[in-house]
Amino acid sequence: MAAISVRGLRKTYGGKTALDGIDLDVAPGTVYGLLGPNGAGKSTTVRILTTLLRPSGGRAEVAGFDVRTQPRQVRGRIGLVGQHAAVDELLTGRQNLEMFGRLHHLGAAAARARADELLERFGIEHPGPAGEYSGGMRRRLDLAASMILSPPVLFLDEPTTGLDPRSRTEIWQAVRDLVAGGTTVLLTTQYLEEADQLADRIAVIDTGRVVAEGTPEALKARLGGDRLDVVVHDRERLLEAAEIIERVAGEPAETDPGTRRVSAPVAERVRTLAEALNALSAAGIEAEDVALRRPTLDEVFLHITGGDRR
Amino acid sequence: MTATTLRWAIADGWTVARRDLMHWANQPMTIAAGVIFPIVITLAFGYLFGGAVKVPEGVDYFAFLMPGMYGMTMLFGLSSTMIAVSTDAAKGVTDRFRSLPMAPSAVLTGRAVADLLHSVLILAGLLLCGLAVGWRPATLSGAAAAIGLLLLLRFSLLWAGVYAGLRTRNPGAAVTIQAMEFPIGFLSNAFVAPATMPGWLGAVAEWNPLSATVAAARELFGDQGWGGDSWVAQHAVLMAVAWPAAITVVFFVLSVRLFQRLDR
Repeated sequence: MAAISVRGLRKTYGGKTALDGIDLDVAPGTVYGLLGPNGAGKSTTVRILTTLLRPSGGRAEVAGFDVRTQPRQVRGRIGLVGQHAAVDELLTGRQNLEMFGRLHHLGAAAARARADELLERFGIEHPGPAGEYSGGMRRRLDLAASMILSPPVLFLDEPTTGLDPRSRTEIWQAVRDLVAGGTTVLLTTQYLEEADQLADRIAVIDTGRVVAEGTPEALKARLGGDRLDVVVHDRERLLEAAEIIERVAGEPAETDPGTRRVSAPVAERVRTLAEALNALSAAGIEAEDVALRRPTLDEVFLHITGGDRR
Repeated sequence: MTATTLRWAIADGWTVARRDLMHWANQPMTIAAGVIFPIVITLAFGYLFGGAVKVPEGVDYFAFLMPGMYGMTMLFGLSSTMIAVSTDAAKGVTDRFRSLPMAPSAVLTGRAVADLLHSVLILAGLLLCGLAVGWRPATLSGAAAAIGLLLLLRFSLLWAGVYAGLRTRNPGAAVTIQAMEFPIGFLSNAFVAPATMPGWLGAVAEWNPLSATVAAARELFGDQGWGGDSWVAQHAVLMAVAWPAAITVVFFVLSVRLFQRLDR
């Protein structure tokens, strides 16, 4: 059974369509990434799946329960980490966790014991109010607060937005630990690197629809395989070099004058590479650097959603 | 509602209210400042401006001012409720509560209990201040009734604050409400008698819900009233029940609807 199963999910606010028929299947114990720009519908999807928002149409089940007709059962089996660290900044970490434990109906003694466990597990040592925590520690407290009952399904809505790189790595590690313990995670992010780092599967969302879905590897492969990068010595001859590479590769090339780089997808790796270098050298264009590489998720993303964005 | 759900609704509401009590323990300076602020205002008005204010014949200005200040502190609660509610909404704390398997009503009942307790504390501080400057209630039963009416006003404004907080979800917007509290207070019988104002302004001040509570409190504390002879002035206690009842009905319904509609 899927941990999260979504069919034809729709949401309209007033006359505006936020979700236009989303389908998702998330296998238990995996990380699923929802990737998309601001306003694509990522948060709306999370808000519906966490029972905060009612869908206008379609079906959504979380941990086997319908979010519309069985919200209580769903709430007992999920954790939510929203876009802001939703902790009480005037309470200490322990007081926060105890309060959320009581609200999970653990009882005072069990809530205290659980708070102690979570503080240790998430490395929250600061004794003062959460408002004094670093961004990363506050986020870890937020994560701990969503793990009171060790829910089988955890929702992370842009969990590292606004964090410095070190805190971001800490959160990534915490998420990996949770998944290793069997938690299913649905993660939204604008950061392609984050989805690439954490997610087993990714759905690319744009204007309320899933425009691409698959493993990070499969999504990258959709761009047509590897790319050839050539850095030319002489910036004046960048466009000339681009024309030559386009001719050899048979695909449009992109240029970046700042780095004097030409980049194009290549189907036949080594043969195209050799031909491109020969043609460049025949035209008297000096190449400083040459590389064959897998496309980045940024390129995949632009490729998939670029059509109506440009 | 079964007995079990009711029991959890009460337990969860208390857990949410307890959170504010823990704020007091964690931030004693903030709570102390909250108690001291109305005392400072009272002393400033009483000693600095008191001599210049025209009060009914034979009435000590402090005797006139104290019930007015008690009413003012209830009014100040409007923005403090709004700030608390909108901060939780903006920071995602409200959403976290709503995603938990707790009683949904606890978010609002907990807020109501916490804010009432907060006002009781501040009112207690100001009552002590009143006693210190020589103000005395005539009877204990009258004083209890007056305090009840003051807290009734606070209870009604609480729902106005909840509504404004949920509507704006922006603590910054509470500054506007906060800035309106003193003008609303000045345009009442809290500091001066409406009879001394220009006619139409005096009428507005007499109909101000704050004036009803303050006039009723003056009557019940056994202090002199403002000497008005209009219908509202003559029926202060009735109006001190009617106004808060009307405000509570309107804003409680609006707040609960807005809270339930957060999922639309």
